[in-house]
Amino acid sequence: MEMPKPNPEILSKKAGIVSRLQGALHDGAVIHEEAETRAYECDALSAYRCPPLCAVLPSSTEEVSAVLKICHEEGVPVVPRGSGTSLAGGALPTADAVILGVARLNAVLETDYPNRFIRVQTGRTNLSVTGAVETDGFFYAPDPSSQLACAIAGNIAMNSGGAHCLKYGVTTNNLLGVTMVLMDGTVVEVGGAHMDAGGLDLLGVICGSEGQLGVVTEATLRILPKPEGARPVLIGYDSNEVAGECVSDIIKAGVLPVAIEFMDRPCIEATEAFAKAGYPMCEALLIIEVEGSPAEIDEQLALIKEIARRHNPVELREAQDADEAARIWLGRKSAFGAMGQINDYMCLDGTIPVSELPYVLRRIGEMSKEYGLGVGNVFHAGDGNMHPLILYNANKPGDLELCEAFGADILKLCVEVGGCLTGEHGVGIEKRDLMTVQFSPDDLEAQMQVKDVFDPEWLLNPAKVFPLASSEARRAATGEAA
Amino acid sequence: MIRPESEEELAGIVADATGPLSIQGGGTRGFAENARGERLTTAGITGITLYEPGALTLVARAGTPVDEIRERLAKDNQRLPFEPMDHRALLGTEGEPTIGGVLAANISGPRRVMVGAARDYALGLRFVDGRGTVIRNGGRVMKNVTGYDLVKLLSGSYGTLGILTEVSLKVLPKVAASATIVLNGLSDEQAVAAMAAALGSPFEVSGASHDPATGETHLRLEGFEESVRYRSERLAELLRPFAPPQIEASPEAVTKLWAAIRDVTTFAGKDGDVWRLSVKPSDAPVLVARAGAKQAHYDWGGGLVWLRTDAGADLRASLGPFAGNATLIRASAETRARLGIFQPEPAPLAGLSAGLRAQFDPRGILNPGMMG
Repeated sequence: MEMPKPNPEILSKKAGIVSRLQGALHDGAVIHEEAETRAYECDALSAYRCPPLCAVLPSSTEEVSAVLKICHEEGVPVVPRGSGTSLAGGALPTADAVILGVARLNAVLETDYPNRFIRVQTGRTNLSVTGAVETDGFFYAPDPSSQLACAIAGNIAMNSGGAHCLKYGVTTNNLLGVTMVLMDGTVVEVGGAHMDAGGLDLLGVICGSEGQLGVVTEATLRILPKPEGARPVLIGYDSNEVAGECVSDIIKAGVLPVAIEFMDRPCIEATEAFAKAGYPMCEALLIIEVEGSPAEIDEQLALIKEIARRHNPVELREAQDADEAARIWLGRKSAFGAMGQINDYMCLDGTIPVSELPYVLRRIGEMSKEYGLGVGNVFHAGDGNMHPLILYNANKPGDLELCEAFGADILKLCVEVGGCLTGEHGVGIEKRDLMTVQFSPDDLEAQMQVKDVFDPEWLLNPAKVFPLASSEARRAATGEAA
Repeated sequence: MIRPESEEELAGIVADATGPLSIQGGGTRGFAENARGERLTTAGITGITLYEPGALTLVARAGTPVDEIRERLAKDNQRLPFEPMDHRALLGTEGEPTIGGVLAANISGPRRVMVGAARDYALGLRFVDGRGTVIRNGGRVMKNVTGYDLVKLLSGSYGTLGILTEVSLKVLPKVAASATIVLNGLSDEQAVAAMAAALGSPFEVSGASHDPATGETHLRLEGFEESVRYRSERLAELLRPFAPPQIEASPEAVTKLWAAIRDVTTFAGKDGDVWRLSVKPSDAPVLVARAGAKQAHYDWGGGLVWLRTDAGADLRASLGPFAGNATLIRASAETRARLGIFQPEPAPLAGLSAGLRAQFDPRGILNPGMMG
């Protein structure tokens, strides 16, 4: 993966930059010794690493502003970082970049149940947002699988989703307002506790901009009352096509489950060997969860089971108690871990129209043979967000490159059938050079001109999202200026 | 009136334009009145181009009438979840609301409080920018974080960043049953508290409205029949401390009531200006008192307040600084020009907005004067 060459002028004035940053922050908030900057050399896309110039851990919006002002004056690129769980390389630095970590910004600022929102600093983890309100019967809906570790800042940057977004939407649908610091240090407030922010929907374009428009330090998030209960049902089929039809029929019947998860045979076999959840050995397995009171759940599940039976399932199991519900979810939740036990893997997250599911799964199977690399599929079937896991051997020379080529072919296929490159992980560096598959030069230009407004010098996370060739002129202009 | 029949023709018109364009869909919301320039409508660019009920997805060209989309969805027992308001009664306008107009102004109805706004259901769109370039963003799938979300940015941009030519929408199933719980005689403060209690319950309240004129507070529940019955009873119990609750479950009555709330028909045909406030719900009663309006109506549990004021009165001056915004929906041309349609933004935000408009429309020909 190509990254821009570091600017030698910045490298040569490292001592001066570090000293200015130290002057603006508390003791210990600037990490610049080589041994220590290694902790910030990569995120969860660990195949790519590069220690930054230095890392800073500010403790307030004012400190973030001070850091950005200094970096702006010095012409130093800044890479914002939440918890570093990005699977797309969103927080990968270059040698001339300052990592701005929000980990120390983790306070709950305000909890308001009558108006149903919580205001937090964005270094707070996703799960701990729910943790702050759940004893009072509320929760924060977006639930990416990294929710124990991932920070709200990263969720906003990537517009993170989760298993339950068929009903509750993704981050952008649950974000009411932000405090954001622009690259020149200006602090802006967008939106707030009111539902429609007014003016142009800046909040909408900030969310999912991968840390390229500003550093979000505080967020007002919508919280929802917890449902009375939830119950999953597990359905097995002997073909992917039939499972796909079953999903489509359930949706057409007017049921809106909170989650519809799908696993194919390679994935079922791997998780069964690893987690022993008691899954049936079949071609396709669905886990469908509905919410409500016991009577409401019965009503919805009765309809789902009736539809499922029409398609002759090889297995149909409804959770009778909390234990069985947990067992049904156990395999799904350990799927990634299970695949990791067998092999190194690369996880993609292209989305497709659900009607294309059988075709896409068949093509992935064919390509798997052509490339000689195994692949398991586990994904959010209700919304078409796939997660093909391509297995490879990191120690075998050339295997990573082969795996990436296979991955690129799968993502091109997703776009070809009317879908997109990434449903919830973000573009980062991983899918950057595939953007031209999905977008025309004009489409990309329209997006880049948004960054021109927020960050005219292209200093914030500059080598992400857009193909390097597309953004080169803009980045070069800054390099020269600096 | 310029009336292109295709996206290509529209792109050519914009590229060749020598002066400003005032853009509208069906012209029912009156927004185009606020912009200078030659009138252009997208009402000729019509047609549903894709509908997949099993994927909950519909794609339509911008000029497609909202009613045509509603009827098509109804055949497969689905609907537009965000329940867009029809402005014709309130504004005394004629014509046919279009889906492009709905998205361009981000028009949502009472259900917004539970399911989100129009922009939350926009999966993708195509538009022509101020240079006449056709741009595509988003797509037709529900989860998509590929590149910047210009879909959100263009939704609610009132044609100032680009002219929408096609929108791709997430739709949802229609519900089998619905019910309204009615509380009588609450003050505005009590009503907002009751609505907060309802919306904070697990019973999935899909509408929360209060009419100070009648003293009636309305809460809506929707879903499967048994479920609606169960939740109605539970919610009624929860609300009993506020006032004795009544349950209205006749489908016709429920539909009629919420259509009237959606369209603010209690203001229709009455004199004065009409404003729309987006505020933190618990702030609403204080702001309403401060406004000294002729009439008020609460929706979204208090998050949306409609106010009818004396013609020409500067509501924003009466309210003073507050968290939220006030939009002038109905007034004379003179008042609209003097007060501005939209709440002025603080300097840094106004700078970003102006910068974005200059990028997407460098010649400043798309609805100039509308948003700044």
